[in-house]
Amino acid sequence: MKVAITAGEPNFEAKLEPRFGRCAYFLIVETETQDWKPMQNPAADAMGGAGPQAAQFLADQGVEAVISGEFGPNAYTALEAAGIRMFRTRVENISSLFEKFLTDQLEPISGPTSPQRHGGRRARG
Amino acid sequence: MIIAVASGKGGTGKTTVATSLALAISELSPIVLDCDVEAPNAHIFLQPEFDKRREVNIPIPKVDEKRCTGCGHCAEICQYHAIVSVADKVLVFPQLCHGCGSCTLQCPEKAITETPRPLGMLEAGPAKSGIRFARGVLNVGEPMAVPVIRELKQWQLVHDGAKVIIDAPPGTSCPVVESVRGADFVLLITEPTPFGLHDLRLAVTLTRELDLPAGVVINRDGVGDTGVIDYCQNSGLPILMRIPLERRIGEAISRGQTLVEAFPEYLPRFRQLYDQILSSSKNRADPVQTPNTETQPPSSIKARSP
Repeated sequence: MKVAITAGEPNFEAKLEPRFGRCAYFLIVETETQDWKPMQNPAADAMGGAGPQAAQFLADQGVEAVISGEFGPNAYTALEAAGIRMFRTRVENISSLFEKFLTDQLEPISGPTSPQRHGGRRARG
Repeated sequence: MIIAVASGKGGTGKTTVATSLALAISELSPIVLDCDVEAPNAHIFLQPEFDKRREVNIPIPKVDEKRCTGCGHCAEICQYHAIVSVADKVLVFPQLCHGCGSCTLQCPEKAITETPRPLGMLEAGPAKSGIRFARGVLNVGEPMAVPVIRELKQWQLVHDGAKVIIDAPPGTSCPVVESVRGADFVLLITEPTPFGLHDLRLAVTLTRELDLPAGVVINRDGVGDTGVIDYCQNSGLPILMRIPLERRIGEAISRGQTLVEAFPEYLPRFRQLYDQILSSSKNRADPVQTPNTETQPPSSIKARSP
């Protein structure tokens, strides 16, 4: 089974990047072999719709579970429709989070964990 | 003749200037468009009676699950990631959809139809002193202001000779660009403070990017520092008017009065401002524009110029 973990850099010993839609990388880990590879998140700099775009990307990769810090409503809806299980956690080393995932120590979520946002850097004066 | 009243900073007096400018040229039956659709408030000064209303919608996709094969083409082409195709399901995110119609046009199974999603409302009607007034009102919580502004401008700009005054939203983002686009002149309202200067620079960048002639009105003149004046002089921006910081002006506006109604001595100054705008925009070589009455200020205006 493929698991995606949100990361700020392509490094298995790095810390978790807590934002799902706008993380720089997904580390895709194969649970049987424990092989991992980094993939750039195509939605990292999206003007809007980062959550659905990132979810579409993971679904296209055949990912079945994702570990991150926050899941917005659009990301949650898209990931749930794709049948991808979501696990929310505090920021820790990715390698130790993967160990916790393997030993069922991470809690799956049953709803969005952060409010709707629009755009990456939106402000109004 | 389209004059857009804009600013980088909020609360500098755009609506104050736009409404008094309209009243000062009321013989020309100007049209005031309140394009600050997130928080329109020019109607409080001009008291229109709305007799025309129209809803603004954008078309969003609706997927016929019986015809959809889950090919994912719609999700691939959507620039706004408003549609995803996962596990043989297609999901639409209406608040992300810009209504471009690409998915509907390109679905190989013709499984997508469009359904309107309301974004807001347009309202129009006669206001004080023969002014015609129209505004857009964006629904609360709705992120997409641009289509409402675009339709407002298309709805009311009826004929070429119309004198249109646009009250733009603050800032320099898409709604501002949509509001000032196509204007003959942009009047930038600022205050002589470091905050006013900072945001004026942004607004000037926007007008230059759009290649629109601009001039400055300094509101609350007398406070702050000389930064705005120095900047205008150094960058060739004309300062067309200064409104002093006076308690009586603040009090009148706080009661919902327009500047020229509370202090009629400002009427000739606003007429002069209009004349200056006319001459600045006519000095500009613009081969696209067909010659109309704008090339010559109407004689009534000339007669009233001080």
